[in-house]
Amino acid sequence: MFDFLDLERYDLFGVFWTTIQLTVYSAIGSLIWGTILAGMRVSPVPIMRGFATVYVNLLRNTPLTLIIVFCSLGLNQTLGVTMFTDGDPEPTNFRLAVLGFIVYTATFVCEAIRSGINTVPVGQAEAARAIGLPFTQVLGTIVLPQAFRAVIAPLANVLIALTKNTTVAAAIGVAEASLLMKEMIENEAQTIPIALVFAFGFIILTLPMGLFLGWVANRMAVKR
Amino acid sequence: MNFRKASALAASILALSLTATACGGGGDDEDGDGGGSGGGGGESITIGIKFDQPGLGLKTPDGDFAGFDVDVATYVAGVLGYEPENIEFVEAPSAERENLLSRGDVDFIVASYSITPEREESVSFAGPYFLAHQDLLMRSGEAVSSVEEINDLTLCSVTGSTSAQNVQNDFAPDADLFERGTYSECLTGLENGQVDALTTDDSILAGYAAQEQNVGKFELAGLELSDENYGIGIPKDDTELQTQINDAIQQMVDDGSWQQAIDENFGPANYETEPAPAIAATS
Amino acid sequence: MTNLSVLYDAPGPRAKRRNAALAVLFIVVLGLLLWVTINALNDKNQLDAEKWDPFVTDSRVWSTYLWPGLQETLKAAFLSLVIALPLGAILGIGRLSDHWWIRRPCDVVVEFFRALPVLLLMLFANEAYFQWSDVDREVRPLYAVVTALVLYNASVLAEIVRAGVKSLPSGQQDASRAIGMRKGQTMVTILLPQAVTVMLPAIVSQLVVIVKDTTLGGVMLGFGELLSNARLVSTNYSNTIAAYAVAAAIFIVLNFLLTSFASWLEKKIRRGKRNPGASVTGEPSGLEPTAPSSMTVTASAGSAA
Repeated sequence: MFDFLDLERYDLFGVFWTTIQLTVYSAIGSLIWGTILAGMRVSPVPIMRGFATVYVNLLRNTPLTLIIVFCSLGLNQTLGVTMFTDGDPEPTNFRLAVLGFIVYTATFVCEAIRSGINTVPVGQAEAARAIGLPFTQVLGTIVLPQAFRAVIAPLANVLIALTKNTTVAAAIGVAEASLLMKEMIENEAQTIPIALVFAFGFIILTLPMGLFLGWVANRMAVKR
Repeated sequence: MNFRKASALAASILALSLTATACGGGGDDEDGDGGGSGGGGGESITIGIKFDQPGLGLKTPDGDFAGFDVDVATYVAGVLGYEPENIEFVEAPSAERENLLSRGDVDFIVASYSITPEREESVSFAGPYFLAHQDLLMRSGEAVSSVEEINDLTLCSVTGSTSAQNVQNDFAPDADLFERGTYSECLTGLENGQVDALTTDDSILAGYAAQEQNVGKFELAGLELSDENYGIGIPKDDTELQTQINDAIQQMVDDGSWQQAIDENFGPANYETEPAPAIAATS
Repeated sequence: MTNLSVLYDAPGPRAKRRNAALAVLFIVVLGLLLWVTINALNDKNQLDAEKWDPFVTDSRVWSTYLWPGLQETLKAAFLSLVIALPLGAILGIGRLSDHWWIRRPCDVVVEFFRALPVLLLMLFANEAYFQWSDVDREVRPLYAVVTALVLYNASVLAEIVRAGVKSLPSGQQDASRAIGMRKGQTMVTILLPQAVTVMLPAIVSQLVVIVKDTTLGGVMLGFGELLSNARLVSTNYSNTIAAYAVAAAIFIVLNFLLTSFASWLEKKIRRGKRNPGASVTGEPSGLEPTAPSSMTVTASAGSAA
């Protein structure tokens, strides 16, 4: 049943490594960008609040496939953005995909952090202001560190979803797991056994991640 | 109170849907594998085609289907005794073609379906009815003339397709290859000058070049990079249907309908098609 | 901390000037980006009338492709939500059970289906319906898409329900025990009704995820949803950017309507209740009674596409 598993021809471990790389870079990027967005959403400058709100509502409501395709079709194929590569398709597509994932996933990170901010008792911010801290420090040193501890569980969910979402990168030809799956199905004409192998791969990636982060979330939770 | 009402509603819908599925699952399996052989009754026939390949199989704005594959399918169905209005066309995505056949969801598939040994392990083919070659579609006036030059080009093809794999593994390993979800997306890149050529079977490329809004913009390079024998996919080892379809294709070639369909669908693209291939004696 | 101005002091004259300068800078940068983009699109003829006109002048674009696609998308999304919601509630409550033989299986189911990409679930569901049922070919992609979305989203909703119930002050449960309610009664009459208000935003963002995820069925299963129909438009008119932009706009409007409706519903439910937690507001932490925990709001985190 699994005689199609020709590891010489199909680089199964290589594509899952690409999946992992996509996930890691996108996770770091979206964590940073999502935090900045959350900061904008609670900032004293109305135009930034407005921008962040509109941004989150637009991007979160668009299917990820479309966002990734726009990155490639719009940014690269029309505007000629090569993401600081010399135009080679492989690094360009990879970076475009990471950009797309960041842009999309950051909206979920932003919403998670914003709700995390809601759980921090008002007194914390009031006390911080009372000792004369400006907005950036109130947020950066007092509120956000507490908020992060409360949102580890939702962020873990975002991370798991991101890992699985990387499959969408196949739409612009990044050689990750689901692209190889497509090639194998096209060549070998055995959909279900091939899909089973890849399902197993994703379970290996995401299941321990969920369990581990769930454990971390429990340990880090602020007991109130 | 609102919540209770809402939950009651949701619960009843769940119950309904569960019973619906249960009923569905309990019934006997008549449609599952019998669909393919139901053709003899002379009522309707289900044929898998592409919906998104201009010139071969395309769902037009009128909701009809047009293209060479569609014409072949209609002709073959006609010889088998089905009127055009009794043909039901079903989309056959590349990855699902074998499944559609083995499940009996369609009677046969005419969807730029190249005959390959791997595919013949799970389905059988009638035909071939057309010989295509992998080729390049380039902006008019920029077409290259030799295979060696491909290595210097930026190419585009569809994700995971055989054509994309051929480029990387065989004749142009050094060429830059972009892979996109659809040929239309590649065409946008070609139009914008970000890629030099779109590569796949020349039949598909010709279909795009022949489209009204693209006439004169693009041309085929005419490099015969591979041989793709398009066959009509049929359920594995259905030799009776295979013989019938082979006869039908032969008849279509003999009475000139084949050439007429070629001219109608690929005419505006200056596409020099191969003559109708001899029908292979595959079992 | 829902009143966010608690994070900063009322701006004085200097802060006002600084904020205004920031705002101007921000607008200039945004405007510049927009201008560059539009210019480049125009240069490449992507704003040409022939690419966008079909959506206005050719009604067949809507009647043949987009409208039927939208209907399929809505059908799949609605069915998925209606089935996934109660299923998710059952699984979520199951995970909170005191009996390990209820809790463990629910854990396994939830963790398993959360770990799999929805696209693969769809492939398996499609095969399963073929092997073990006589669902007709025409509706099989719909069944497969709905089944996969139900399995995945029910497991996510289970997490939302669990987090929602856990976020309630423990006094609620203690009090109902004290007046002699059984565990089931406590859950159904005390905990769930309160948790629903908290969970609603999360449930809604999950609904948005469902709507977006219907697009996964298009490529592999030939399910005729909105995005695959937009692809057909681009094949016919060679206008990929325009076609995808219109598809994205439809999705955004649709999801925006959904979220707006939900927040209206949330307000209504909240108003319908008599002053929800007199006991909660008394808590020293000063938590907003209606938003006790962040856990719930984002337990959803979008899945693919």
